[in-house]
Formats: sequence, structure tokens, C-alpha cells
Amino acid sequence: MKYTAEINVMPLKAILDPQGKAVSGSMKNLHLPEIHDVRIGKHISLEVEAATKEIATQKVDEACRKLLANPIMESYEFEILENAAV
Amino acid sequence: MKFGVVIFPGSNCDQDMIYVLKDLMELDVVELWHKDHDLQNCDMIILPGGFSFGDYLRSGAIARFSPIMENVIEFANKGGLVFGVCNGFQVLCEAGLLPGALLHNTNHKFICKNVHIKAQTYDALVTSMIEHNQVIKVPIAHGEGSYYADEATLKKLNENKQVLFRYCDADGNITPESNPNGAIENIAGVCNEGRNVFGMMPHPERASDAELGNTSAKVILDSMLNAVLKFI
Repeated sequence: MKYTAEINVMPLKAILDPQGKAVSGSMKNLHLPEIHDVRIGKHISLEVEAATKEIATQKVDEACRKLLANPIMESYEFEILENAAV
Repeated sequence: MKFGVVIFPGSNCDQDMIYVLKDLMELDVVELWHKDHDLQNCDMIILPGGFSFGDYLRSGAIARFSPIMENVIEFANKGGLVFGVCNGFQVLCEAGLLPGALLHNTNHKFICKNVHIKAQTYDALVTSMIEHNQVIKVPIAHGEGSYYADEATLKKLNENKQVLFRYCDADGNITPESNPNGAIENIAGVCNEGRNVFGMMPHPERASDAELGNTSAKVILDSMLNAVLKFI
């Protein structure tokens, strides 16, 4: 089976996110002062081949833990979607 | 005695490091390609500065999985001496050989300028020849150099004297203004608990040649050499 993983990697709350802070600051220039606390992370999408959704989940989790996110500075979450049969 | 400088795709300070070690300090230096698995019996492994794999994902994150890193990690875990400068420091943190991580500079800009640093421990192999309170002028050149560690790690680093250098002003005062990148507690370099793995963001190899007008950081490489001589 082929699955698609949609992964979100975000800077940890405890860590200053200078990109998000700069974007937050620009909101008042857009006359949208009600928008604040912008935090910017990454979205990663990948395909994985696995016998079951559970195995696909394990593989993606391993990839996140080892490479795609650094637990010292980032958190991650993902969703596994079954690819439609062609 | 032999030094090995690892070259990743995107390393760009490898030749500067080799020049200082080989031409100025007349040491035996070999280049180690990232795809190899042979550390060629080197006594110390150096991970140079640069932008390995284009700094994609996070600085050092992809290089940390280069084939030679398996051997570098094994070497370090057996007590072998490993020194990372700039991107090399980032690779060592990503590999878990050094605690903490390097975040984007707080101003979100690439910073390339001379800064000042002060050793925080004089019994580490790369700081042993530095005089007490000596201020070292040395360049930094990085976008992701803001050292970060959580509170528990930081406490341990301070208690174990694992902080090698802190950013300071020209007079040696460690102040928020002298912190170029937002590094936590002005930290510019750390070592591991075993005191055999070292990392720093500033570039000592760029402040070691009289031709370049600044030899302030040569004492770091001299300390390193002295240490290797004692170690082997």
C-alpha cells in the first residue's frame, strides 16, 4: 500500500521564533492588529510504502524523530492518508 | 600524529582549516570524504565550517547521516578527539555528540563579522593554553548559530564546566550587547561531558594567519595541538 504523510514541524513554544515574531509585527502594517503570536514551522509531505497504516505510521515517526524534526528545538505531528488506488 | 578534516558537499572552510594545520603549523593532515568509512588512523577529526547539503532542513541535519559520521560517532564514543567549527559544531549537535542545538540567529540575518570571545574553562583541550581572562577576536559567519539548550542541560553544562567560550565585548565583559546571535547565556562553544568532543561557532582558522592581520585565535589551535600531543 502507498500512503502519504502530511507532517507539520513547529518550533517548540519555549523557543523564540524570530520569523514568526517579525511576521507578527508586520500585522499592524496590514491593519490587522488582532492577529498576533504568529509561529512559523515547516510542512513536509512524503510518500511511504507499507503493508499497513500502522507500519507506515511507525516508519514516518522514525523519520521525524531521527531527521525531519530535532526534538531539542521542534515538535512534530503528522497525518497518514491512504493513497487512492490508481 | 595525524589530523583528519571531513569534507561534506557544501563544506567551504575545509581548505582554510587544512591550510592552517598543514602549511602554518606543519602538521600531518588528510582529507576525509563524507562518503568514506575510513578515518585513516587520525588522532583528531575536525568537522569544518560551511553549508553541508545547503543547510537544507536544518544546518548539519543531513550531514549527520553521511556515511563517515557513523565512524566519527564510534570514534568519539570511544574517547577519540573531535572538533567541530561552525557547521561542524552544528553537525556534532545534530549527531547528539554535543548537547543542545543551533537556532536561527535572533535577528534572522546571516552574520559575518569579528566578535570577541572568552574561554570559560581552562582545562579543556582546546582552551588549555589560553590565558585567564584573555579576550580573543575571531570572526563568525553563520545564519543558524544561536546556541540553545533547555534549562536542565544548561545547568549541567555550567556545573560540569562544559561551556568553552562565551561572547564578550573587546574588554572581556559578557553582556547582552556583545551577544551577536542571541545564543543562550552568550554561549559560543561547548564540549561534551567526556571532554573529548568540542564545538564552537566562531572560526579560529580564520584568525590564525598573520597574513590575514589577526592571529588572536591561533591559541585555540595551538591548545588543540598541545592536547593531541599529550593525548596520544
